[in-house]
Amino acid sequence: MVDITKNIADGSRMAGKQSIIFRNPPYIIAGSSMAGKKEGEGPLGKGFDQVFEDHMVGKKTWEEAESELMKLAAQKVLEKAGLKNSDIRYLIGGDLLGQLIATSFGVAELNIPIFGVYGACSTMGESMLLGAILVEGGYANRVIAITSSHFAGAEKQFRFPLDYGNQRPFSASWTVTGSGAVIIANHKANNKKDNEPDIVITGVTGGKIVDYGIKDSMNMGAAMAPAAFETIKQNFEDFNIKPSYYDQIITGDLGYVGKNILIELLKEKDYDITDRYIDCGIEIYSKDTQDTHAGGSGCACSAITFTSHVLKNLREGVWKRVLFVPTGALLSQVSFNEGNTVPGIAHAVMVEAR
Amino acid sequence: MENQRDKISDIIKEKNTTIRNEYYNQYVKQVTPTFSTIKNCVKAYIIGGLICTLGQGLTDFFFNKFGDMELAKAYTTTCLVFLSILFTGLGLYQKLAKFGGAGTLVPITGFANSMAAPAIEYKKEGQVFGIGCKIFTIAGPVILYGIFSSWVLGLIYYILKQFNVV
Repeated sequence: MVDITKNIADGSRMAGKQSIIFRNPPYIIAGSSMAGKKEGEGPLGKGFDQVFEDHMVGKKTWEEAESELMKLAAQKVLEKAGLKNSDIRYLIGGDLLGQLIATSFGVAELNIPIFGVYGACSTMGESMLLGAILVEGGYANRVIAITSSHFAGAEKQFRFPLDYGNQRPFSASWTVTGSGAVIIANHKANNKKDNEPDIVITGVTGGKIVDYGIKDSMNMGAAMAPAAFETIKQNFEDFNIKPSYYDQIITGDLGYVGKNILIELLKEKDYDITDRYIDCGIEIYSKDTQDTHAGGSGCACSAITFTSHVLKNLREGVWKRVLFVPTGALLSQVSFNEGNTVPGIAHAVMVEAR
Repeated sequence: MENQRDKISDIIKEKNTTIRNEYYNQYVKQVTPTFSTIKNCVKAYIIGGLICTLGQGLTDFFFNKFGDMELAKAYTTTCLVFLSILFTGLGLYQKLAKFGGAGTLVPITGFANSMAAPAIEYKKEGQVFGIGCKIFTIAGPVILYGIFSSWVLGLIYYILKQFNVV
């Protein structure tokens, strides 16, 4: 048994350079996942709480549709935890749209105090990290961490109108339509089955902005892989552990190109994660039948993969300990047009079933 | 493969970020899959050729009907633009372009698509700020630089004419 507290001063919560260890690990008491049609048809399709055939989710615009998905994800996670809005102290969330409009319009009527965060596709990691800090620090008893993305909304904002005839390169990813939410609490889930383990967040590693000079916004996996590399390496160093400490290391949306780069970069530091590594962007779609090229991306990619696939495997005892590392590309259309690089970021959340 | 390992090692060891970024970009270029240019050219040739054959067929049809080449050309353009917009609206042009690439971009149908697509997308933002402002987001540069380059060519032509070169 590896003791991750070994190198950390008594009572301190600061681990190494960038990490936090939770002395009283907060619980993830519920997770919800709303998904679009394409995601529903993918390999993880059966695991989502709800799949929407209608891209508009009954609304008039892509943006409203995304907000609706977020609202439904929040309501579903409350329902699954057996709680009401008023039981939640704070909500931490964000999305990809300018000024976080999917979040603002989506969660407004829930009447929960909210902190909006932007970490591009790493937003779920950032929300969970901050939520866990609030709960363990005693500043909140229950927090919702939530995020969303919508394929058409993201295409419209970052690339071309949907019906414009162009070819996507093989390195391009497909933005996931959906919304995922978790409730992080200072108590165990009160409605879980007898033999089910508790899911806790034992620690986190906040990520730095890492830029290796990639300018191609259609190759975000390559742009983000160095950020994932730095964060994962820092996590290993801060807790003085090896990859084998985890049963699975799960990145957000590096896709096929970024996945291999990350493995190679870590190997160079003598960390081999090959046998215990998956990427949500690769898991969520079938490469052969769904024509998604490099894989899935978007805030919802890691979020709904975590709240369905990952939480399920933790509950069922397939995995005991995972490192969840959502990755984000911090570009805007303006920064891209002005010739800037695509900086990456990754936040790591250590999740354990016990 | 051995070569790539060396590259990774260089990237990790390099302290100068400019050089490191250069190494990384070279490495990424190696490991990123790309389309086969020849295959793409063949597909573009077929689809672009089919669109142009359709255009030629229409021209012949209208010429036979009206006996006026200028008129026949105008009708052909109108028909191709209409078909392109119809296919865009039905969500089929994007599928055709995914296969045909430049073959769908170069003919006039590509231009029509580049205006119809933003019009559909931005309709929700209103007639003025949506369609009005954004319909030329893709086609705008083509129009601007098309006019600009014809002005430059006109100027060159004028100068050459003054010197009796042409």
